[in-house]
Amino acid sequence: MQKKIISLTTTTLSNPSNRLTFDWITVLLYLFSVTWGILNIFAVVYQPETAYFGLSLNSTKQMMFFGASFIVIIAIVAIDFRFFFNFAYLVYAGAILLLLLVLFLGSKIAGSTSWFRLGMFGFQPSEISKFATALALAKYLSSINIRLDHWQTRLTAGAIIGIPALLILRQGDLGSAMVYSSFIFVLYREGLPNSWFASYFAAIILFVLTLFVAEIYLIITLLSIALIVMLYIRLNIVRQMSRLLITTMIVTLVAILFVMSSDYIVNNVLKGYQRDRIMVLVNPDNAEIVLRAGWNIRQSKIAIGSGGLLGKGFLQGTQTKLNFVPEQSTDFIFCTIGEEYGWLGSLVIVSLFMYLLYRLILIAERQKDHFVRIYGYGVASILFFHFSINIAMTIGLFPVVGIPLPFFSYGGSSLLSFTILLFVFLKLDAYRGQMLSRT
Amino acid sequence: MNEQRRWIILAIFAFVGLVFLLKLFSIQVLSEEYRLAAEANAIKKTIKHPHRGLIYDRNGKLLVANEPIFTIMVIPNQVRLQSTQDTLTICQLFKITLKEFNTKMKKAKETPRIPSVFIKQISQLEFAKIQDRLIDFSGFYAELKTIRTYPSVSLAHVLGYIGEITKGQLDKDTTHSYVPGDYIGISGIEASYEKELRGRLGVKYTLVDAQGNDKGAYNSGISDTLAKAGKDLTLTIDVDLQQYAEKIMSNKRGSIVAIEPNTGEILAMVSSPTYDPNMLIVGKSFIKNYANLSKDDERPLFNRPVMALYPPGSTFKVVQALVGLQEEVLVPETRLLCDWNLVKCHPHGSPANVHESIQYSCNPYYFKVFRRIIYQNKIVKQKINDSVTVMKELPDGDGRIGLNKWNEYMHRFGLGERIGVDLPNDLGGFMPNFAFYNKKHGEGNWQFNNIYSLGIGQGEMSIVPLQMANIAAIIANKGYFYTPHLVKSIGKDGHKRPEYTQKRETGIDKKHFDVVIRAMRDVVYAGTVNPQGILYDLVMCGKTGTVQNPHGEDHSVFIAFAPMDNPKIAIAVYVENGGFGGAVSAPIASLIIEKYIKGEVSRTGIEASMMNATFTRNAARYYWQPRPENFLSRAPRKADKEESKDKEGEEDEQKKESPKNIDAIILEDKNKENILEEDSKK
Repeated sequence: MQKKIISLTTTTLSNPSNRLTFDWITVLLYLFSVTWGILNIFAVVYQPETAYFGLSLNSTKQMMFFGASFIVIIAIVAIDFRFFFNFAYLVYAGAILLLLLVLFLGSKIAGSTSWFRLGMFGFQPSEISKFATALALAKYLSSINIRLDHWQTRLTAGAIIGIPALLILRQGDLGSAMVYSSFIFVLYREGLPNSWFASYFAAIILFVLTLFVAEIYLIITLLSIALIVMLYIRLNIVRQMSRLLITTMIVTLVAILFVMSSDYIVNNVLKGYQRDRIMVLVNPDNAEIVLRAGWNIRQSKIAIGSGGLLGKGFLQGTQTKLNFVPEQSTDFIFCTIGEEYGWLGSLVIVSLFMYLLYRLILIAERQKDHFVRIYGYGVASILFFHFSINIAMTIGLFPVVGIPLPFFSYGGSSLLSFTILLFVFLKLDAYRGQMLSRT
Repeated sequence: MNEQRRWIILAIFAFVGLVFLLKLFSIQVLSEEYRLAAEANAIKKTIKHPHRGLIYDRNGKLLVANEPIFTIMVIPNQVRLQSTQDTLTICQLFKITLKEFNTKMKKAKETPRIPSVFIKQISQLEFAKIQDRLIDFSGFYAELKTIRTYPSVSLAHVLGYIGEITKGQLDKDTTHSYVPGDYIGISGIEASYEKELRGRLGVKYTLVDAQGNDKGAYNSGISDTLAKAGKDLTLTIDVDLQQYAEKIMSNKRGSIVAIEPNTGEILAMVSSPTYDPNMLIVGKSFIKNYANLSKDDERPLFNRPVMALYPPGSTFKVVQALVGLQEEVLVPETRLLCDWNLVKCHPHGSPANVHESIQYSCNPYYFKVFRRIIYQNKIVKQKINDSVTVMKELPDGDGRIGLNKWNEYMHRFGLGERIGVDLPNDLGGFMPNFAFYNKKHGEGNWQFNNIYSLGIGQGEMSIVPLQMANIAAIIANKGYFYTPHLVKSIGKDGHKRPEYTQKRETGIDKKHFDVVIRAMRDVVYAGTVNPQGILYDLVMCGKTGTVQNPHGEDHSVFIAFAPMDNPKIAIAVYVENGGFGGAVSAPIASLIIEKYIKGEVSRTGIEASMMNATFTRNAARYYWQPRPENFLSRAPRKADKEESKDKEGEEDEQKKESPKNIDAIILEDKNKENILEEDSKK
């Protein structure tokens, strides 16, 4: 078997028709995003009196991270394409180890212990663990005899996703932990029943409702719906009646428990500032909460909203330049785009991500190998989640959670991990002709 | 197997993207709110207050100056008070209690990023003490404003005072000339020349970052404007003369108005009792001082020369004589019997002609003159045959025509209406007309007997001292006048308001004035003026008056001008409860004339006795408590406009209301409301 692999590798490199063909459209989208991101970071930190490329500027640092990304890309190109499949579990195990280590050895930054400090650079294991989880999940789900309608499969897949998520939650980084919920798309694509997928969104809706509606009314409403459904079943459906009735009862019970627990979570488990960040969206007129948690979101909306249709122009954003929006190079980088490029800029960036996601799904679906397809869905899901939560939080549609906008936000760990995530997929895609022959 | 699910997933992605674009469209394109909030965030508007114009007297002496005053401002989100000790230090520094500190901070914290007023009106002296310590407390800083001081310590009523602009005035200010906390002229020249004095606010826009640090000019300073200083004013007042006149009047109640006849410029304008204008400087003592002044029984805030209504008394006879001569119901030689049955008089040679009637102030003479004016008994030449012509009076005509004609003359003399002086609160007095008597007595129910006292300057008529002085100026000018005014030049170019350079003619021939002027000379030198009031080295012409006062001693009135040829000063002196006009007011007038024309007073004995004379104890009541005549004299003006309404009851009502009105004028300074209105109209 070993021999076969070696011979295959040599054939690949010697055969011109099998030359590495990256999906250049995706690569261009990537390059455009990172470059525009650097320009935006520059707009945030730019001061007329300082040098354009001062080493202390975040934009300069981001350019260095971009450079580092190229090294990583070259490494990915050089590594054998089978590595990612063969070592998926190992990478995953390494990531879990790092997540455990950071709990003990990490430095505490802004309330969460998610960073390793190495001199002037920091490293965030939670960024790389997304990639590791995507790999591991892909490998597991593509194994033979794995079907998502088996409870055992569901539990194992859940564990692969849940373990890193729980560890990250333990670090105090709620935003990054939430990213793992995006794997629902992967599971759905790989055969998770419709009802599960629907339940996921129903749970989100129910959770939002608990914020706006008093618990007791919600429970009464749920019970009434259950009663009507059961009456309907009793009167109209003859076959499997008792089973349907029991299912309805169970679903209702779970829903009620969920409502009660989300209420409990919001009021007792979440930290004060997290609760405030949620409540500021629920009661935007409550002056007390707004004073405590409304500043970010208010300033962010002002920056974006003041951009108008065409924006104020590159380096012309007053809110951007004058530090009104906190965390502006990182989580709130979209404010700069909104302010300096206006709605047109928003349109470009939303279209850009939409097209990128479409492209990724397209690429994933053209794979004959399940591993690559599942991994591709993982990449798309993670990017989608980051993009949607990040934008939603800057425009006041979602509570403020600290997760970056892929390719745009300042930060070495995040840029490198997104680069790895994307380019591993592109690499696997480039070798799609040979993937099936691996083993 | 599940290939079709990709479409569901893509649909969810697309749905989220679409929601974002719609939401972004609504906050970026549809809503103005965020654009405005961004400006409010990043652009700090700094108001630069202009220098308020200074006020000088006609000789260039400074009357009103500016002085800095400090306001302590606070920006709550920059305040860093580490301990209660810090807070206590602040309290000590500003001399406030902890409780006051907390209330102030709580109020300021409503707008945590915007400066709020913390402590108002800290004087330069107080500020010097705390200035160095203030730097230690971030978030607190001082803002400089200027207030007024009055180095001349006189002329309070003319200069007026300034105060903080009210909410109502701010709302009416359409020209954006004020910001809250600004000072605005409330009375006197400060109010009537507010627009000239205030200058223009400057605005500077700077960029500030989230911490409030200055980040340079906004838009390279294109939209900034410089503050434009207010214009300096030069008054017509001679402050030396003013102070001299105030000194004479200091222990008396009354008014002095002196006018330069050929220009209408007011040289002195005294209202006594007066007050030190520095009492009403903006500051902590303002409220207390103002309350004391307004509660004072002597009503020091009341500006008598333009607000006190008196019947003119005998001084008015000169006006009647002039009207009679012009209307040809008199000729200079017309002699009329001093008939004590018509109206009481005092012993003098009779029958008197025009000259003597003025010289001796004959009451029945002017009863008759006024009757002739009303009934238009013109004296005409009638040829009996070729060699004999006799002078003959025409028979009585329509009294209505006569009274209307007389009213027309009053109007030309600037009587019965506001004369138009550049003060915000002048009154015009009242000259009764035909409609007024119809209302008072009912149409057809009155006759000459009801109005004859007008002939001797009594009855329902009333005028203010300024108008009285202006009569003296008209006679000095032989027939014309310029509206009396207080501001000689506005700003550097030195023009006065155009309305004060327009000659107003009375329509009475010059020759008639010669008759009256000669008589007025003899009033002084051989008439009703006491020897103390006689000037020997320049010729003064005058007319005494004694205003009957049912509430106490009569008021002493005297008008005069001097020198007789080429008059330099016309004057009216009112001494309330001073008794006979020739005994008190005339000597005072002579002293002021002497002081003005010669620069100093040589008759020190007379000066001393006039300085010491006091009549305030004679008062049973204060003159400003309106007398019945005054009720009538003010009220019907309002009723004139609404002639269709019926009157009897209304009149009674107005009687009751009038005292209120007058109080209101005194206490409220009605100009407070007027200035801005006038501004916006312009």
